[in-house]
Amino acid sequence: MTIAPRLPDPKKLIKGATGDWEVVIGLEVHAQVTSQSKLFSGASAAYGGAPNSHVSLVDAAMPGMLPVINEECIAQAVRTGLGLRAAINPYSVFDRKNYFYPDLPQGYQISQYKQPIVGEGIVTVDLADGSAIEVGIERLHLEQDAGKSIHDQHPTMSFVDLNRSGVALMEIVSKPDLRSSEEAKAYLAKLRTILRYLGTCDGNMEEGSLRADINVSVRRPGDPLGTRCEIKNVNSMRFAGQAIEYEARRQIAILEDGGVIDQETRLYDPGKGETRSMRSKEEAHDYRYFPDPDLLPLVLDPAWIEGLKAHLPELPDEKKARFIRDYGVTPYDAMVLTLERASADYFEQVAKGRDGKAAANFMINELFGRLNKDGKAIEDSPVSADQLGAIVDLIRDGTISGKIAKDLFEIVYTEGGDPRDLVESRGLKQVTDTGAIEAAVDAVIAANPDKVAQALAKPTLAGWFVGQVMKATGGKANPQAVNDLVKAKLGIE
Amino acid sequence: MSVDTATVTRVARLARIKVSADEAERMTHELNSILGFVEQLNEVDVAGVEPMTSAVNTTMRWRQDAVTDGGDAGRVTLNAPLSDDNFFMVPKVVE
Amino acid sequence: MSLVTDLTALTLAEARAGLKAGDFTAVELTEAYVAAVEAARGLNAYIVETPEKARAMAKASDERIARGEARPLEGIPLGIKDLFATEGVHTQACSHVLDGFKPPYESTVTANLWADGAVMLGKLNMDEFAMGSSNETSYYGPVTNPWRRQGSNASLVPGGSSGGSAAAVAARICLGATATDTGGSIRQPAAFTGTVGIKPTYGRCSRWGIVAFASSLDQAGPIARDVRDAAILLKSMASVDPKDTTSVDLPVPDYEAAVGRSVKGLTIGIPREYRLDGMPAEVDALWQTGIEILKDAGATIVDISLPHTKYALPAYYIVAPAEASSNLARYDGVRYGLREKGDDIVDLYEKSRAAGFGDEVKRRILIGTYVLSAGYYDAYYLRAQKVRTLIKRDFETAYASGVDAVLTPATPSAAFAIGEKAGADPVEMYLNDVFTVTVNMAGLPGLAVPAGLSAEGLPLGLQLIGRPFDEETLFTLGGAIEQAAGRFSADKWW
Ligand SMILES: [Mg+2]
Ligand SMILES: [Zn+2]
Repeated sequence: MTIAPRLPDPKKLIKGATGDWEVVIGLEVHAQVTSQSKLFSGASAAYGGAPNSHVSLVDAAMPGMLPVINEECIAQAVRTGLGLRAAINPYSVFDRKNYFYPDLPQGYQISQYKQPIVGEGIVTVDLADGSAIEVGIERLHLEQDAGKSIHDQHPTMSFVDLNRSGVALMEIVSKPDLRSSEEAKAYLAKLRTILRYLGTCDGNMEEGSLRADINVSVRRPGDPLGTRCEIKNVNSMRFAGQAIEYEARRQIAILEDGGVIDQETRLYDPGKGETRSMRSKEEAHDYRYFPDPDLLPLVLDPAWIEGLKAHLPELPDEKKARFIRDYGVTPYDAMVLTLERASADYFEQVAKGRDGKAAANFMINELFGRLNKDGKAIEDSPVSADQLGAIVDLIRDGTISGKIAKDLFEIVYTEGGDPRDLVESRGLKQVTDTGAIEAAVDAVIAANPDKVAQALAKPTLAGWFVGQVMKATGGKANPQAVNDLVKAKLGIE
Repeated sequence: MSVDTATVTRVARLARIKVSADEAERMTHELNSILGFVEQLNEVDVAGVEPMTSAVNTTMRWRQDAVTDGGDAGRVTLNAPLSDDNFFMVPKVVE
Repeated sequence: MSLVTDLTALTLAEARAGLKAGDFTAVELTEAYVAAVEAARGLNAYIVETPEKARAMAKASDERIARGEARPLEGIPLGIKDLFATEGVHTQACSHVLDGFKPPYESTVTANLWADGAVMLGKLNMDEFAMGSSNETSYYGPVTNPWRRQGSNASLVPGGSSGGSAAAVAARICLGATATDTGGSIRQPAAFTGTVGIKPTYGRCSRWGIVAFASSLDQAGPIARDVRDAAILLKSMASVDPKDTTSVDLPVPDYEAAVGRSVKGLTIGIPREYRLDGMPAEVDALWQTGIEILKDAGATIVDISLPHTKYALPAYYIVAPAEASSNLARYDGVRYGLREKGDDIVDLYEKSRAAGFGDEVKRRILIGTYVLSAGYYDAYYLRAQKVRTLIKRDFETAYASGVDAVLTPATPSAAFAIGEKAGADPVEMYLNDVFTVTVNMAGLPGLAVPAGLSAEGLPLGLQLIGRPFDEETLFTLGGAIEQAAGRFSADKWW
C-alpha cells in the first residue's frame, strides 16, 4: 500500500526570485456522511431546516444525554474506506476532543484520534494532461459536525443553530503527495467522484457537504518538508486552487526575504483572493483527547465488512478501464463519462448495441454542453438515453446528417418526442434523391453566373455552392452528394 | 509531579473557570496535595497491561438509521438563558 | 382492618402488602409521607417537595389497585436524588450552575419506577454533581444525618454524595430513594445512616437522564430500609436501555426471591488488603462479626488477596476527575442554567462557570483538565486506566478461584460531624471511599448493609462485593447478615 516518493517535476515547480520552489500539499477533507439521522442521535441529518429543528436533546448536550451510534454511518465509512482501497480497522475508538465554542454544545467533539476506523489507502488522480498520479490516504475517521453561529443578525450577539451539530462527517486525510493547485483540485474532484459513486457523501460543496482543510508548504526541490500552514474550511474547488496559489507564493516571498514560516491556521478570503492568519485560533489549543467513556470501542465483524465489500458498486477507475476496453472510447472520453455515476450509466444505455465512440461523442459534445448551459445535472436531462440513442442511430443509418442531428437534438431537448417520428413529421430526413439535389444545384448555378466564373478560376470556391445548396434544401441534402454534384456540374476536380 | 500557580491559572483558563490570584494560590496547594496522593501509582508495574476500555465485557450496540428525534426547537431552547426565534444567543463571536 | 398508627414505620414490602390488602390507600400512605417530609425539613434532605404530584400519582394508584391492576410499586412513595432528570421538575444536581433547569425529559430509571406505579415525593439533596462524601458540597447546604452520637446534639453528615437519599430513608420520609454511586456514593451514606444501599454492576441500570459525573464509573441504585426493599427497588430500576449503549442486555432477575435463600455452600473471600493501618478497632470488630454471621449461616470463609486495592483510590482520583472535567464542559451558560454577563464569549464562560461551580467541583475539574492536558495523558490517565485493569483482574482471580462474594467493611469510620473535615486536606475526605471505590473501578456490584453500632451508637456497615451481574448473591448474603444483626433505626428527634 505504499506509493513511491515523487521526484520533483520541473513542470510543476514555481519560479521564485532566487530559484525554483516545490509546493507540497496535503488535504484533510470533511465529507458529510449520507444518512437519514445523525451520528449519535435520531435527529435528521438533512441540510437546512428552521433553527434548532433538526436537534435532539443529545445534540443540544442536555444533562444526562448519551450518544448511540448510527449503524449506517459506520457502514458508510467502511464503504468509503473500501472505495479508497484502504485498510479497514476492525477495532477503532471514539475519543473526545475537548474545547469550548458556542457551536459545540457538549464542550467536546466526538472524533477518532489514535485509532480511526480506516487506515491507509490510495486514490488514483487523473490530470488534465492525460497523466495520472497516485495519492496516499493517511486515514479516514468518523466525527461529529459542529453547529452554526450566525453573526449578522444582531449588532452585539451571535445566533447559534445546532441543526448541523452531531451530523456525521468522515475526515479523509491525504498524505502530502500533491504538488500543485491543479493536482489538489483534481484530487478533490476525484475524491468527490468516488464518494458520489459509493453514495456515501453527496459531494455538495455549496451546502458544505464537502470541505477541505489544506496544508501547504514549500521547499527547494529535493529538500525535506518545509513548515506548513493549514488553510481551514475551503468549500469550493476554485477557491482551493486560488488559496494554494496565493499561499505558496506568500510563503516563497517570506522565505526568499530570509524570513521563516510560522506554523499557523489561515483562512482564505475569496473576496480579496488572499489567505490570512486566524488569530482567534492561535490561543494554544490543548484538546485533551481521551476515549469517550460513553462509547465502547467500535468492533467490526470481518464478515460484515465482507458483506459491504460484496455490494460495493463499480468504481470510477474500474468503469473507466472497462469503457476503454469494451466501448473503444478514448481514455479522456472515458474519464469524462465516468466523472458521475449517472453519466456513466446514461452512456452505457446509449452505447448498448451501438458504436461507443459515436455515442460518447454525441453525449460529450451535444448533451453535456447543453446541460451545462442550463446548469442541469444528467439526472435531470430532458433527453433520455433512449432518445439520444435513437438520434445516434439516425445519424448512423444516414437518415439525418450530423448538422440536422444537432437541430433534432435541440427539438427533443426542448419539446420532447420520439426522434424517429420527429424526423418524419418535421421533414428532417436527409435528401439522398439525386434528382432533387441536382435541381437545387442547377438553380444555384443558374442564379450566380459571376460566382461560377470565380469558381472556375479558384476551385476552392466550390464550397460556397455547396453551402448555398445546403441552405436551399434546409440542410437536408446529403453533403457528400451535394459536393460531388457541384464539382461535376462546374467541371472542376 | 507538582504544579505551580502559573500552571493552575493556565489549566483554569483551559477549563474556562475564572480564578482570582488568591484562588489560584489556594488551589495550587490543594491540587498538589491530590497530585502527591496519586503519585503512588508510579509504584505499579503496568508494563504490558492494557488500559481498561470498559468496566463490563460487552460490545457496543448500534442503532438503525432513522429519524426518530428532533422537530421541536421549542423543547431544545426551553431552558435557554437567552434565545430569540429558537436560536441560542451569545455575545458576538468574531473570527 | 388493622389500625396502623404510623404508616411511615412500614417497610416498602410491608406497605405494598398493606395496600394490596386494602389496609390503607395509596393516598393515605402518601399523605403520611407528605406530612413526614414537612416535619423533617430541618434535615434538609429534600430540596424540592412535590406533594401535589405525589397526591395525583397516589390517586391514580388507588384507581389501579381498585381495578385490580396494581403494578409492582403501586402507590409506593419515593424520593429522587437531584441527579435524576424528572420531567418538568427541578433537576440541578444540587449545583448553582444548573440554576432554574427543568428538563423536558425523564430519566430511564425514574421512568421505570413510575411505570411500576411508584409515587414521587420530591427531589433529594446531594453533593454538587455527586462530588463529595459528606453532602457538604451541595449548593443547597448540608444534609443532617438523622442519627446522633449518644448524648450529643451535634449534627452529623449523612455521607455522600447520596446524603439526601440516605438521610430521607433513615428518617422515614420516603419508602426508598434513588441514588447513584461513582466511588461509593450509595454505599458510604447507606453505612452512615443504617440503611441498605446497592450499587449494581456497571451497565445494570441505564445512565440515560442521570446527570453525568464520571461516565465509566457512574451507576444508579436504590437506598432502602432493608435488604428486601432494596431488592424490590433495584428490580424496577434496572433495565437494558436502547438510549444507553453501556447498559447491558441481560434479563433482570427477581432479586427479591434471592432474599432469604440459604447461604450454605457459598464461599466468601476476606481480602487481607482491606485491613488498614489505623482502622478503628470497632470497624475491624464489625467485620469479624460479619464473618461469624456468614460462617454460622453455612458459608465458607477464605482469605484472599486483592493486591492492587491500595491503588484504587489514587487511580480513581485521576479517572473520575478526568471524565468529569469533560462531562461538565457543557455547563457553559449558553443552552440552560446559570449565565453571568460577559464581555465576550470566553468571559461569559469563565464567569458563569466560576459562579456556578462550587470549590470541590472546581478542584476536580482542574485536576481532570490537568491530567488530560498535553504531555500528561500517559503519565496519569493512561496509567490509571491500566491500574484499573489490574484491579479488575484481582477480583477476577478471586472469583475464578471459587469465591462467590467478597466481604469488607463499608467505610473506615462511622459518620462524622458536619464541618469536621471541611477545612482539612481534600485527600482526607477522599479516604472515606477507600473501601468502596475498588468496586466502581472494577465495575462490580456492591451492597452495603448495616451490621452493628459504633461505641457512640452510630450505625456501621459491611460491604458485599459480587461477581458481575450477580446481585442476587449479594441480596442473599445481605439478607443473612441483616437477619442476624437486626435492623437499625434512628430515634426521631427532628
Ligand atoms: Mg483535522
Ligand atoms: Zn475533523
